[in-house]
Amino acid sequence: MRRLTVGAWLVWGAVAFFLINLAALIGAVVVNSVGRRWFDTWLPQGWTTHWYASAWKEFGLLQVLVVTLEVALLVVAISVLVGVPASYVLARRSFPGRRLVYLLFLLPILMPPITYGIPLATVLYKYGFAGHLAGVVLANLVPSIPFVILTMTPFIEQIDQSVERAARMCGARTWQIFARILAPLLVPGILAASILVLVRTVGMFELTFLTAGPDSQTLVVALYYSMSAAGIRAQQSVDAMAVLYTSSMLVLLVAALRFVNPTQLVARVKDEPD
Amino acid sequence: MSDTALRHRLAERGVDRQLLLLVPGLACVLALFVYPFAYGIGLSFQPASGGVLGAYRAFFTDAYQRDTIATTLGLALPAAILNVAASVPIAYLMRGRFRGKRFLTTILVVPITLGTVLTAEGLLNYLGPTGWFNRALMSIGVIDEPVRLTNNYWGVFFSLVITGFPFAFLLILSYLSGIDPTLERAAATLGAGRWQRFSRITLPLLAPGLATTFCLTFVLAFSVFPSAVLVGDPAGSTRVVSIAAYHAAYEAYDYPLGSAIAVIMGVVELVVVAVVLGLRSLFYTGSTGGKG
Repeated sequence: MRRLTVGAWLVWGAVAFFLINLAALIGAVVVNSVGRRWFDTWLPQGWTTHWYASAWKEFGLLQVLVVTLEVALLVVAISVLVGVPASYVLARRSFPGRRLVYLLFLLPILMPPITYGIPLATVLYKYGFAGHLAGVVLANLVPSIPFVILTMTPFIEQIDQSVERAARMCGARTWQIFARILAPLLVPGILAASILVLVRTVGMFELTFLTAGPDSQTLVVALYYSMSAAGIRAQQSVDAMAVLYTSSMLVLLVAALRFVNPTQLVARVKDEPD
Repeated sequence: MSDTALRHRLAERGVDRQLLLLVPGLACVLALFVYPFAYGIGLSFQPASGGVLGAYRAFFTDAYQRDTIATTLGLALPAAILNVAASVPIAYLMRGRFRGKRFLTTILVVPITLGTVLTAEGLLNYLGPTGWFNRALMSIGVIDEPVRLTNNYWGVFFSLVITGFPFAFLLILSYLSGIDPTLERAAATLGAGRWQRFSRITLPLLAPGLATTFCLTFVLAFSVFPSAVLVGDPAGSTRVVSIAAYHAAYEAYDYPLGSAIAVIMGVVELVVVAVVLGLRSLFYTGSTGGKG
């Protein structure tokens, strides 16, 4: 064991302080969501699971969850189908205008969602997509496709090009190479990108907020409305929904971390074997 | 010239049918990002009154609107700087392998899953006047009256730190693990102390990564919208530029003004990003010695 320096102790102390406050912050919401009455005391006066039941019933949570799932799965499927081939070309080929194309794919990630969300929602309303599931899906594709492209590039660069050349020598066509050679080799990368896009889409507030109608709200947007329209819904009920949201996101994130080593997203360096 | 000859000449320059794989992706970005953006810019020059630049003039002459830029920058810049500055020492201590590294990383990344609403509810519950934080401080006698930490600048600031820190930390950790550790060992054999190794070897190699991380964290913080409404003071001290844009477009139904504010917001953001990337080019740019 290395001896820790004073600086290291300070840093770990700060991390511990941050984590304690974070745990207390989450704890406050969880406790409130199962508490009966909680005003000027350390803990609520009694315990109940009543708020979860009322959140589920009054809120039509089932429908919101179904919409969230539909939007997320459609966005994941479309952005993987569109993004992976584009990412392949960008990772493997050099052609005139490559840098411009790359910049085009980078811009939607670099701009705050609100800046392109407002004009995008206006356009989607003009063509009658907004207010429905289709509009929400289309809007969420804007950051998701570039995200898939960026996440997939290192995975594609890892595949030995001679495998593809050998397949081509044996007479395989491009689509055959994709379906029979690349797709199986890329499964871990595709899974990683899919889960990350899923997490981002479920958590994406701005774009969904701007394009959703009453029947196409996802969980985040529904939560926002229920919290900002204060007084209509009991705060504990909102907390109960927030707890449900966070626990499902947590499951997704832990699943994602099993496939992707987060420290290798940008620079792919193998850990030293010692 | 025959068709085949043309195709061969194009193929020599790297253009062939395989590039068609780019078409669906490009079509989506053009139709869903470039076209709406251009449409929005066009719309912002067609206000109901005031000529071509009327919407922009309306924004900049109204102090209530104009000040939103300063408010947003006042929130986003400190939050992004704090997130990056706090990530560097933590990530620096977490280089190499040790037991529980994956667990610690996961714990530090958990705030990503909280979402705006749980963070907002948590801040209101925990930091509110009767929350645990004030209660604990009062019971140990540090303060006599509850500190006001929600529904003002600080509530939004904490929310930005909680949601932004995990991103900054993950990126910095991954940039740091891309720096070849043997460089630092070489410096150590030449007699460099801890601080010298960090400031003369690691920090310059990390500078480009710091710039990128700062930009991405800044974008996240700059587009703050839900938390500014929920834990902030949306009509006063935390009326950020995205609230102004939303109000103009969806509550006043003034689409030209809404688009103009969105354009202004994009320009301000790109200026900050350009400044940061410009500063970055003053530093060492090149291989970080990472393998792979």
